[in-house]
Amino acid sequence: MKAIQNIGITIFLVGLGIFTALPFLGNFKLNQKSFDKLISNQGIKSEIFIQDLQNKVVDVEFSGFQSIAPLVKEAVVKANQIHTKNKEWGKKVYASDNDIATAIRKESGYGFIPENKGLMWFLTFGLGIIGALLFIIPQVITLGKKGIKNDHIYHQNSTNKGWIAWLVFIFLVSFYLVLYFYPEYAINWTYLVDPISESLSGNPAGHWFVYGFMYCVVMIVMAIRMYIKYRHNMYQIVRTTSVLFFQIVFAFLIPEIMVRLQLSYAKGYDFKNAFPLDYDFFFNWNLKELIAGGGLGMFILVWGIVLTLIIVPVMVYFFGKRWYCSWVCGCGGLAETLGDPYRQHSSKSLFSWKVERWLVHGVLVFAVVMTGFTLYGFFAETGTVLGIKVQSIMNTYSFLIGAIFAGVIGTGFYPIFGNRVWCRFGCPLAAYLGFVQRFKSRFRITTNGGQCISCGNCSTYCEQGIDVRAYAQKGENIIRSSCVGCGVCSAVCPRGVLKLENGPLEGRINPTEVLLGNDVDLMNLVNKK
Amino acid sequence: MEHIVIIGNGIAGITAARHIRKLSDKKITVISAETDYFFSRTALMYVYMGHMKFEHTQPYENWFWKKNRINLVKGCVSKIDVRIKELILENSSVSYDKLILATGSKPNKFGWPGQDLNGVQGLYSKQDLDKLEKNAPNKEVCKRAIIVGGGLIGIEMAEMLRSRKIPVTFLVRETSFWNGVLPKGESELINEHILEHHIDLRLNTNLVEILPDENGYAKAVTTDKGETIECNVVVLTAGVSPNVEFLKDSDIEIGRGIKVNRFLETNIKDIYAIGDCAEQRQPIGNRRPIEAVWYTGRMMGETVAQTICGNKLEYKPGHWFNSAKFLDIEYQTYGWVFSEKNKQDYEEHFHWRHSKEKICITIAFHKESKQFLGINTFGIRMRHKIFDHWLTEKKDIQYVLQYLKDANFDPEFYKQYEPEIIKKYNAEYGTTIITKKRSWKRIFNKA
Repeated sequence: MKAIQNIGITIFLVGLGIFTALPFLGNFKLNQKSFDKLISNQGIKSEIFIQDLQNKVVDVEFSGFQSIAPLVKEAVVKANQIHTKNKEWGKKVYASDNDIATAIRKESGYGFIPENKGLMWFLTFGLGIIGALLFIIPQVITLGKKGIKNDHIYHQNSTNKGWIAWLVFIFLVSFYLVLYFYPEYAINWTYLVDPISESLSGNPAGHWFVYGFMYCVVMIVMAIRMYIKYRHNMYQIVRTTSVLFFQIVFAFLIPEIMVRLQLSYAKGYDFKNAFPLDYDFFFNWNLKELIAGGGLGMFILVWGIVLTLIIVPVMVYFFGKRWYCSWVCGCGGLAETLGDPYRQHSSKSLFSWKVERWLVHGVLVFAVVMTGFTLYGFFAETGTVLGIKVQSIMNTYSFLIGAIFAGVIGTGFYPIFGNRVWCRFGCPLAAYLGFVQRFKSRFRITTNGGQCISCGNCSTYCEQGIDVRAYAQKGENIIRSSCVGCGVCSAVCPRGVLKLENGPLEGRINPTEVLLGNDVDLMNLVNKK
Repeated sequence: MEHIVIIGNGIAGITAARHIRKLSDKKITVISAETDYFFSRTALMYVYMGHMKFEHTQPYENWFWKKNRINLVKGCVSKIDVRIKELILENSSVSYDKLILATGSKPNKFGWPGQDLNGVQGLYSKQDLDKLEKNAPNKEVCKRAIIVGGGLIGIEMAEMLRSRKIPVTFLVRETSFWNGVLPKGESELINEHILEHHIDLRLNTNLVEILPDENGYAKAVTTDKGETIECNVVVLTAGVSPNVEFLKDSDIEIGRGIKVNRFLETNIKDIYAIGDCAEQRQPIGNRRPIEAVWYTGRMMGETVAQTICGNKLEYKPGHWFNSAKFLDIEYQTYGWVFSEKNKQDYEEHFHWRHSKEKICITIAFHKESKQFLGINTFGIRMRHKIFDHWLTEKKDIQYVLQYLKDANFDPEFYKQYEPEIIKKYNAEYGTTIITKKRSWKRIFNKA
């Protein structure tokens, strides 16, 4: 078994190694025809810019290492300076240098990688999947009898913040930096999944398709790990299946198919992604596109509003925020699969809880205020509200919250700060659901009388950094806005103390004077005080 | 300001300290020689197995004690002078107005030859854990470990050592694991489970001698079956007894533990004893005079705090309950289910076991009146509150079976076995009980 696992690790690392090397490989040379097409696709009207860029890139050989974006940027700045001086506003270039550079690369790649997409897919994704499964599936036997198997989590380098964890951290952070800020380097990855993208939407793959596809693959592989690890625990199995289903069908397949059927504008819509997690839902351009999008566009507009204002809170009332955060949400889905080995790293200190409350509610306020500005701007048909440019607020949010917080920190920091950094400290939807869960919900984690032995397994494995034990050892139910209802505290409890359940509101929050087990006249005790 | 001094920072002592602080403004000092801060003794096994780090076993952050003005002193009390109300530590002394003794237990040693050799140890304290980490870090250093004594700590030790793939031989005096406490069916289920975990279980076997090597380390044990088994580590887990040696020369009355009345008072005014070290003069109900259980330690701490803060309260533990985990199998008990050895004349058992899984329950009830006396469950979680209520109301077994679904505490989507259980009971006793659907109203009305 150990040998199979070692072979698996080796194969996985080969696949990962090739994948990691790809951004720096390959050759790119753009011909005139492709250049003209690209310019017209981007809707660029500046002759100065076109001429300048044409000299720089057409029929010029680039290697994988060389960045094209700075050249584009130079040309943009130069052209825009001249147009501004001449007051030729219609000719100014607004397309981003990253988008143009990425498009140039996509059009101009040649050589082994774009010519052997299937083979390259196998050497990266294929080897990665096979290797990971060879490592994971023998755990059916190596983990022994079914039950909680957390042996050596704090002895192993990878799960105890050792050098492997730091390497994973560096890899994940770099990956997100490429995705968000240097997408031209992701072009070789897009070639690998072009055939898949074309069969789904009919279009070649962009870097976000790579991300979406990879997201699903990683979740499936790591869900298999969950199924094995928690094969005694039906709640974990059902929940993992649910989150997998919503990711693959709602976040990945439906949007692609919508594009194929030309049911939607440029990109598909993820029907489960609720505002304010879906922070750009009320952005100017999105509203315009939805309204212009005919029946389906209007349906999406109404659905998005109903989802946030009615469906989400009503479901939280009945089931707690877990129905979204650990059963449906894509961010939660990745955290519960890829992130599961790191759940113990969330900080349980009171200090962290204070930081959490300020941060997550701060982001919610930011999202709501921003949306207020954009809506006002939309209806008043102005780009400036209260003397502030709406666009600059949107850009700030997209950069700080959408890219840095949710992506780079949220996932990149898994091996160091745990798997729910974004969900706990940053997600505005989680903050909103948290209010409902804390104040008006049937959900609670029931503490089983006086059975707690304060061992601390529940707190250690709480991914949201809740000090579960602090409540359990006092005989109190756990009612916390941040609880995503993953059910692992209940699973790891050696004494059967915790149960996630939905029941009547009355008695849900139950501060206890004396723990169950003592036979005292409680009223007498309370009255004497 | 009255000065309350507590010796021992385990669950009993710390619970007392916390509740005294909740109820009063008295000066509180807690003295311990073991660790700087309170930790959960029951969780030491998880540190060795790598589920947690030692700091995770500490239920309160380090700032908690200062904030709540609970003064922590690290030191070992060697003597108590009850006339001038003073404690003697190594290099200092502490005077008190009221004293709470919560000194816990120490592992039993029954005078086996070789019991003090290197590589022979118990598992009780933080120091024992550190010792085990040194004695048995892996299967290369410790090629085999012998566990002596088939109780809860014994089986936990076996689980711990197996997590590091160390071969384990488990010497159990009884003819079946823990059958002084568990009824036959349950004890057998655990025997099977122990073997499934590749633990070399030797029932009905006693330790005779631990043999030393030339450096004073244990190298083998001999048993009363005439066998010699080579090993590197011997773990003695044959129960615990009160840690009261240092009180021998004081005027405090000692039996096996510190003798206390129902108010947890010793024979000396202003001195109380709680937790593992306390011995009730009169046993309470079916309970033993000394109860070395986490929960009773906690309850005594809560009770003594009331008394010290002016609300004199009798120690009245309610219905007996307990829990444990045998490798992968969780065990809970509510009320009294006795083993064949200790069974009362009027006590009858109904036992159900799953055909494939390691799941079973035993319900004890009164032969004539059918009154429900207690339940043991293995692999099914039950709701404490419901059983506490049913025991108080003296429900009969038929009622308990009928409403068993209300008491189920397994996680959502788990398979439920109530219909199978009731089917078996109906077949055995010719009854026609039908299981009632779970009702939130009934469950939460019991709160």
